Amino acid sequence: MSSQRARRSLLTAAFLSLGLALTACGSRVDDAGGGAAAESCVDTSGDSVKIGFLNSRSGTMAISENTVYDSLKMAADQINASGGVLGKQLSVVAEDGASEPTIFAEKATKLIQSDCVAAVFGGWTSSSRKAMLPVFESNDALLFYPVQYEGLESSKNIFYTGATTNQQIVPALDYLKEQGVTSLFLVGSDYVFPQTANKIIKAYAAANGIEIKGEEYAPLGHTDFSTIVAKVRDAGAGAVFNTLNGDSNVAFFKEYRNLGLTPQTMPVLSVSIAEEEVGGIGVDNIVGQPVAWNYYQTIDSPENKKFVEEFKTTYGATKVTSDPMEAAYTSLFLWKGMVEKANSFAVPDVQAAAGGVSFDAPEGKVTVNGDNHHIAKTALIGKIGPDGLIYTEWSSGAPIEPDPYLKTYPWAGSLSG
Amino acid sequence: MTALLRSRYAVGIGFLVAAVLLFAVAPALLTTFRLGLLGKYLCYAMVAVGIGLAWGRGGMLTLGQGVFFGIGAYLMAMHLKLADAGPGGVPDFMALISSDGVPGWWEPFRSGAVTIVAILVLPTLLATLLGLATFRRRVRGAYFAILSQALAAAFAILLIGNPTATGGSTGLNNFKGFFGFSLRDPANRQMLYFIAAGVLLLMVFVAWRLMVSRFGELLVACRDAEERVRFLGYDPATIKTVAFAVAGMMAGIGGALFVPIVGIISPNDVGVVPSIGLLIGVAIGGRTTLAGPVLGAIAVAWAETTLSEQFPSGWTYAQGLLFMLVVAFLPGGLASLVSWRRRRSDTADPTAGADPEPAPAEVLAPAEGRTT
Repeated sequence: MSSQRARRSLLTAAFLSLGLALTACGSRVDDAGGGAAAESCVDTSGDSVKIGFLNSRSGTMAISENTVYDSLKMAADQINASGGVLGKQLSVVAEDGASEPTIFAEKATKLIQSDCVAAVFGGWTSSSRKAMLPVFESNDALLFYPVQYEGLESSKNIFYTGATTNQQIVPALDYLKEQGVTSLFLVGSDYVFPQTANKIIKAYAAANGIEIKGEEYAPLGHTDFSTIVAKVRDAGAGAVFNTLNGDSNVAFFKEYRNLGLTPQTMPVLSVSIAEEEVGGIGVDNIVGQPVAWNYYQTIDSPENKKFVEEFKTTYGATKVTSDPMEAAYTSLFLWKGMVEKANSFAVPDVQAAAGGVSFDAPEGKVTVNGDNHHIAKTALIGKIGPDGLIYTEWSSGAPIEPDPYLKTYPWAGSLSG
Repeated sequence: MTALLRSRYAVGIGFLVAAVLLFAVAPALLTTFRLGLLGKYLCYAMVAVGIGLAWGRGGMLTLGQGVFFGIGAYLMAMHLKLADAGPGGVPDFMALISSDGVPGWWEPFRSGAVTIVAILVLPTLLATLLGLATFRRRVRGAYFAILSQALAAAFAILLIGNPTATGGSTGLNNFKGFFGFSLRDPANRQMLYFIAAGVLLLMVFVAWRLMVSRFGELLVACRDAEERVRFLGYDPATIKTVAFAVAGMMAGIGGALFVPIVGIISPNDVGVVPSIGLLIGVAIGGRTTLAGPVLGAIAVAWAETTLSEQFPSGWTYAQGLLFMLVVAFLPGGLASLVSWRRRRSDTADPTAGADPEPAPAEVLAPAEGRTT
């Protein structure tokens, strides 16, 4: 009897507390000013200021993102050695994104709300960026994202220091067209970057009289390419546009060579293979193939010589430098430039000061576009040499203004709508 | 242990302590960020309650609870995306890679009521069908485990392979509101945490009632001697299916609450690895007990966050090591430490011998691949 009463009162208590919780709710979606972001907790009173690095240190992307982490670390050390930012030393809080979008979102929240960092640097896959975007927007914080991506995005809380499509994919298509290619086969990993990139490529092809002979996707991490490569061979396209990512490239290029396809018979233009990846794929399998980026280790400039030399001194003579590493390194210096121009670490001040900030980066001079938060970069098509390094074959000559929505390209009219 | 479960007094105290901790202590001590994380752990704990019922009490080693969790989560995420897009609107991620508009099968989930019913019904229904199809054919042990794991793998691949409809490997995120309430407002986020805490307590209560009921006895009997239960005139398939369906429902609800609390759902959260991760929490906590799965799941999730903050990439190894240690030396989980001590002190009690539940170590002995 008493136990029954106890049970009943327990149930009542449970439901009462649930009801209480429900009534204690805050603003509705449509409230004016409802859901204002929490006040920033960044502490700039001491002689140091915190920044966050968020890279996958474990999981499938670790092999790539560790190199970005290394070059970010080097940039922070260099800035600290030369007196810091506004006289404050940078104190780095590093977190592991674990190659999972959900973890990226969680760790980004932690860096912003718990560690109170002034800015976060990192991310690689578009999935990780898309997972972090709402976190940075709702907390009104800053992310510097260092990897080329599929465009069609422009958040006031993200600075994109890698290439957008009109600085990498569109110039690559221009290059192929100049080379007399009239038909393409599209091969990509099955996720948002290749899919969006291919949507853009198809729009370009339709407007430029290039025939798309086929379009194949493989899941990330997929390593059996016999079927896809056979389809590529049988389609007989002028070139292959490759947006595969990660390990899949190893299997793809081995199979490609196996079936007797060469850069001379059917070149494969890749947009996700840099110096770092060439070693893994095997130079023999990929030598002579074209790639599209904005930076190569072989760029002949004093800034790049210094960058490559310092990287090798810090991390070992066998290390190579690549585009995302360079873009990450550059991103930290660009943030420094913005903060110094604004004379403030506060996000609105940095955003307001961002336009026109430039840096003599290893890839050449880059300038921040204040409207879309991308940077003007020079497009370079390179060919993989027998030593595994990439040598510039074609250049856009001058930095290309970023146009993430391809608004200045008439053929792309249907894409952003 | 059963004696402990039957003691309403002890369980009542347990509930009271849990309620005080969840509703008063945690919100007072934790920052908004940490409270949100605790909310996430509570969602995992909901799945764990179900696993405790299906695996701990029913002997069904389910490696695929991520599927039910995922269905609940994606249904909720679809509704939130559609609600954000407004009447007739197209969610932002769809417009990016396709211009076909909203797929037809998304349309019903514009309605909040339909979504809630679907979250409650679909995972339960799928678990029921799956249970009937397998348990009727007397698929057990390792075979059932492999089947459930394959289902989780297939589910994740299906999600990744349909980016226009499911957001692909990014999943669904960037939710603005939750049934009209802004998700940016800390007060609303706290409300979500309270809902999760209340739902979890309710689930543990339901699990407790099931455990001490006649059904609970039959379930344990099915686990330990299915043939004998059959000879006694009961249908083990039905009993196990009911337990599995309840577990599926709990996982679905956990998934649905995970979405607004965490703000993202991706195939990484529902595939094989997270499904096994949930199981590890249950094993470590003590799968045959009432509180073990819940505490184990929360502890493992908490350890993952903390350790990965301290030692990036070290967590995976720690988790594997912990699992091996528990399986090798403590097959009943940490909870068996408690019951072992109790058993020793109870030896003078003549009723102790009547305890129908075998010691956890004995449970593992008639192995049907249950420990794999």
